[in-house]
Amino acid sequence: MYVAVKGGEKAIDAAHAWLAEERRGDVSVTELSVAQIREQMTLAVNRVMAEGSLYDPDLAALAIKQARGDLIEAIFLIRAYRTTLPRFGATRPVETADMDCIRRVSATFKDAPGGQVLGPTFDYTHRLLDFKLAADGTVPEAPTRETEPAPVPHITEFLNKEGLIQSEPQSDTAPRDLTREPLELPADRALRLQSLTRGDEGFILGMAYSTQRGYARNHAFVGELRIGTCAVEMDIPEQSFAVEIGEVELTECETVNQFKGSKVEPPQFTRGYGLVFGQTERKAISMALVDRALRWKELGEDNAGAPAQDEEFVLYHADNIQATGFLEHIKLPHYVDFQSELELVRKMRADAMGALQEAAE
Amino acid sequence: MQEYNFAYLDEQTKRMIRRAILKGLAVPGYQVPFASREMPMPYGWGTGGVQVSAAVLMPEDVMKVIDQGADDTTNAVSIRKFFERTAGVDTTERTSDADVIQTRHRIPEEALREDQILVYQVPIPEPLRFLEPRETETRKMHALEEYGLMHVKLYEDIARNGAIATAYAYPVRVEGRYVMDPSPIPKFDNPKLEMAAIQLFGAGREQRIYALPPYCNVVSLDFEDYPFEASKADHACDLCGCETSYLDEVIVDDAGGRMFVCSDTDFCRGRRAAGHIGVQGTPFEEDAA
Repeated sequence: MYVAVKGGEKAIDAAHAWLAEERRGDVSVTELSVAQIREQMTLAVNRVMAEGSLYDPDLAALAIKQARGDLIEAIFLIRAYRTTLPRFGATRPVETADMDCIRRVSATFKDAPGGQVLGPTFDYTHRLLDFKLAADGTVPEAPTRETEPAPVPHITEFLNKEGLIQSEPQSDTAPRDLTREPLELPADRALRLQSLTRGDEGFILGMAYSTQRGYARNHAFVGELRIGTCAVEMDIPEQSFAVEIGEVELTECETVNQFKGSKVEPPQFTRGYGLVFGQTERKAISMALVDRALRWKELGEDNAGAPAQDEEFVLYHADNIQATGFLEHIKLPHYVDFQSELELVRKMRADAMGALQEAAE
Repeated sequence: MQEYNFAYLDEQTKRMIRRAILKGLAVPGYQVPFASREMPMPYGWGTGGVQVSAAVLMPEDVMKVIDQGADDTTNAVSIRKFFERTAGVDTTERTSDADVIQTRHRIPEEALREDQILVYQVPIPEPLRFLEPRETETRKMHALEEYGLMHVKLYEDIARNGAIATAYAYPVRVEGRYVMDPSPIPKFDNPKLEMAAIQLFGAGREQRIYALPPYCNVVSLDFEDYPFEASKADHACDLCGCETSYLDEVIVDDAGGRMFVCSDTDFCRGRRAAGHIGVQGTPFEEDAA
């Protein structure tokens, strides 16, 4: 005897209790602390902050712990928390030229004022599993050297002085805010960059890679990649000066791209730009490549019909929280719709079988 | 848990959403862009409906949430709990007791009244989306009232299959102007779109709100020689015996045995309480299940 399905509420509570147990795992193994995640899973924390659009390493670490290490789920937790926060105002734009760099490399010049600084990078490591790390996590102290604080100017500024690289239009208008206004197209570059910086790392990487392989190919050099901390300053009403309210770690990438010139622009180099929270190098470089590909219209280039040139395609599909939600919603019950399809298919089948029967007779 | 504002959203956000709702009611069927917020449930799981409900709920309101017509489906339970927790409103399973009803994929069988609001969760608000993937294009098509593509699609369905092969999310034209997606309700529900209650449609991920004011003219697209037909399974409900309600098909054994039951669980419960018994039904007892 069939009884109507009941008990959804109990099932949900039980499922969530089970989930909490699974998250903790074997209780004979020491529990992870939020501080451990923040300090030792830093790059995961950085990705969650970047795509969650909220700079708070402790909250990002908590989200990673709560999400069992599922970074998109952690980003989701951060986004949902972020929207509830009141807004006190906007800071001044950060001055990345004044960045206190831990890493700064250029692929276009062998050396430049400020020097090449490798910093804490995976580059040139041999990707060999370090079995010693499984038993003993102590690390020998890294060598240090005294340096004089010196300015680290942007590499592209040197090209700019010669007029070899396209200069960007200056503007003091406040950019539109993707999280407070519906996305409407065409989007200006500021809005595109907002979307890219919080977009899914994998998606942006794939888009960038596609431009390298010839879908709207535009050969990019990493003019400069810098990672470091920037002061965040804010104008406080009733104060005549800006107040430093903290600092954020940022990764900035400027690419220098070949450009043969077009009807509207003489031959020169052009730029792609990436700026992302935390040490997030892969994302920043990818962002710069996609940014450059999306600029075809303003530079008078041909639309090759490549996905990375298609603003609507890129901006509508870059957000992993939108994407994962809609993708996973197909797990929800759809039996009303399925029932209506069942009726339709049965009816069309009956009609078609009838017609076949008639044809055979 | 930290304190949230009534119905979760802050008042400025609700104001922004209410403005979009009012614009939607003033231009029936037009998709109003709104700055959808990130909600604590995933996009695609009712965030648009939840934001619209949050914007129209008053503390004294009674709320009902259904998914597939049923109050007890998991996502309906989850959304109902969300409003119980964040708005502290009373909830009900009885259609007639509710002031605000949030729904996914169904319109309740019982006719709604002028003092009720029906809020739909909408996955893809654009009826032309699967004919033209670009939003920049479809907005133009609506502006120019250029709906030929839709008619060609319906015509091709008939040419190929002998029938319009759309069983749910069947497109409608509102007040002779905008072609609108009624959300993925079965086309059986389409005639009910002309009703006394206010109908609000929220699409969170796609950042659109649209609306049907009471008694608005809503016509399902069709052709003179292939008129629209609201179809359902050719059965009666096996629990309450109703012959006019929309039915779910339930597989009951390994041999493909099946039975049909009302998709609207409150409607079915009401009929059984009133003494109607279907072929496989048992006399009604409160909380029998």
